[in-house]
Amino acid sequence: MHRRGVGAGAIAKKKLAEAKYKERGNVLAEDQIVQMSKQLETFKSNLEEFASKHKQEIRKNPQFRVQFQEMCATIGVDPLASGKGFWSEMLGVGDFYYELGVQIIEVCLALKHRNGGLITLDELHQRVLKGRGKYAQDVSQDDLVRAIKKLKVMGNGFGMIPVGGSYLVQSVPAELNMDHTVVLQLAEKKGYVTVSEIRDSLKWEKERACHVLDHLLKEGLAWLDSQAAGEAQYWLPALFSELISRDVTPEEANQMTP
Amino acid sequence: MDRFSWSNGLLEINETLVIQQRGVRLYDGDDKAKLDVGVALLSTHRLIWRDVKNHECCIAMPLSQIIFFEEQAAGIGKSAKIVIHLYPVPANKEPGPYQHSKYPYIKLSFKEHGQIEFYRRLTEEMTQKRWESTSLSQPIPTGTSPQVGRKTHAVGIIGIERKIDEINTVCLFTNHNRGHQTLCSALVLLCKMVELSRSIANKIKDKQGDITEDETIRFKSYLLSMGIADPVTRETHGSGTHYHLQLAKQLGDMLQAPLEERGGMMALTEVYCLVNRARGMELLSPEDLVNACKMFESLKLPLRLRVFDSGVMVVQLQSHSEEEMIASALDNVSDKGSLTAEEFAKLLGLSVLLSKERLLLAEKMGHLCRDDSVEGLRFYPNLF
Repeated sequence: MHRRGVGAGAIAKKKLAEAKYKERGNVLAEDQIVQMSKQLETFKSNLEEFASKHKQEIRKNPQFRVQFQEMCATIGVDPLASGKGFWSEMLGVGDFYYELGVQIIEVCLALKHRNGGLITLDELHQRVLKGRGKYAQDVSQDDLVRAIKKLKVMGNGFGMIPVGGSYLVQSVPAELNMDHTVVLQLAEKKGYVTVSEIRDSLKWEKERACHVLDHLLKEGLAWLDSQAAGEAQYWLPALFSELISRDVTPEEANQMTP
Repeated sequence: MDRFSWSNGLLEINETLVIQQRGVRLYDGDDKAKLDVGVALLSTHRLIWRDVKNHECCIAMPLSQIIFFEEQAAGIGKSAKIVIHLYPVPANKEPGPYQHSKYPYIKLSFKEHGQIEFYRRLTEEMTQKRWESTSLSQPIPTGTSPQVGRKTHAVGIIGIERKIDEINTVCLFTNHNRGHQTLCSALVLLCKMVELSRSIANKIKDKQGDITEDETIRFKSYLLSMGIADPVTRETHGSGTHYHLQLAKQLGDMLQAPLEERGGMMALTEVYCLVNRARGMELLSPEDLVNACKMFESLKLPLRLRVFDSGVMVVQLQSHSEEEMIASALDNVSDKGSLTAEEFAKLLGLSVLLSKERLLLAEKMGHLCRDDSVEGLRFYPNLF
């Protein structure tokens, strides 16, 4: 039976290896870990001191949050990785974003029957603010974007599609490739798109345009208005502006597709 | 790009033109700006850009907004660029083409070359800072003079000196005597610790020295508390820390009843909301939840984390076997002749997302087949 050496011979061997290692100017990992734990103590006390006077800043100041996040990104740390991190425990950064995550999920779930799981960042922002109430802390779109990035890890298809200078937030695992995205971007201006418009703007064949539109219909992201004057219009409820739309029940939503 | 303001492009009395270059496209961070290709002008005080076709479209930014800049070499099909890192937007900035930007940097893309000379002149102006002696308008404080970057942006990793410099300059700029100095010192120290942790992680990976299991676990908990991603030791030791272990056990207790109520399965996002609403504070991060759920199996808890083909992640009771779920799906579908995910969801009181996954699973096993039309996805018993 071969045991991990604990006898005198093994100790001497280890000491020799250490000496040789140090000779080459390399520091042992064990020593580095000790060094790190000392640095951590200093770090913690610095952070505690800051937190004792300025903890409110995280919750109250969106601009500060942006700068803080950017500095952390430069350094290479993610202050939102764990609720068990210093950032959460001492500065309360985590709770702000994790709670926002909950609110985002709830808004997306509530509207899914209407927009198929696609919503503009603007609308999401409005609704989250409304849900938080008058006296809650302000939340910026940057905050939402960061919270959504964190939600991705839970595998529910959270993603963001750049459209017309802002974003569409996707909250279902519907597969949307480049073709779908480009059609969404085309539809952004008016809230709907037609096959002719796709053919004219993107120079696609009719089959390709129809294939993409069918997929959007099936996923519940688009509604068909076949009675529109001229040509059938494919409407994207995600792009309806708040002023024009009203809330639609699931039954009504089902009736709108043929 | 939200640091730019509209401008008439005319130089002020004390302002001198240093260099101009045609064929420049602006980028908001990594995204192309909503502007065409134009002319970039560098003066002693400002960076100005004007649209070639539409001279009315002209924007400018004070050079004092620049923290540092670096070259980005040309690639296949890509022009050479200069990446310019910027201070946060000052409160008194005049309106410009962008209200808001999520990027703290812009890029100048040189489609007709000229980047070498532009870079050289920009370096000179940023070193001399002639705008400080002959101010045009409100000067913006810049703190200590930034290191002017000379490295080509080849790999994308900024050296630690540069990082510390950037932290210091940004901190000083935003300080406003509000005592952020302690935070800055903390962040500078953190920078050094991140470097150290990389060195340690590499050594663990290469198995240099005699690092004990305990030391490795201690190291991983340091990484967790700092918020450092840990790809190296994770491969060899798994992502579990003591914290996640405890969490997994808590979840095991907490989720039993809710899972029973929901037919034995819950989407991970549902679990996230449920758990965090219950906690009220000291919330879990999404990553915490995923890491804890991954430990169910090794802890022999009666729950499992499961990932469907679609990428949807669920927590599932061990007791609810696959066969039962498929059999019940088949029963329900046969009973009604056919079902969509929405109809099935109503029948079982489940979410549409999870009912769809069950139907897909039954289909995968050959018990159901689909009718995929514009009216929706409908499942029928497979009679083949």
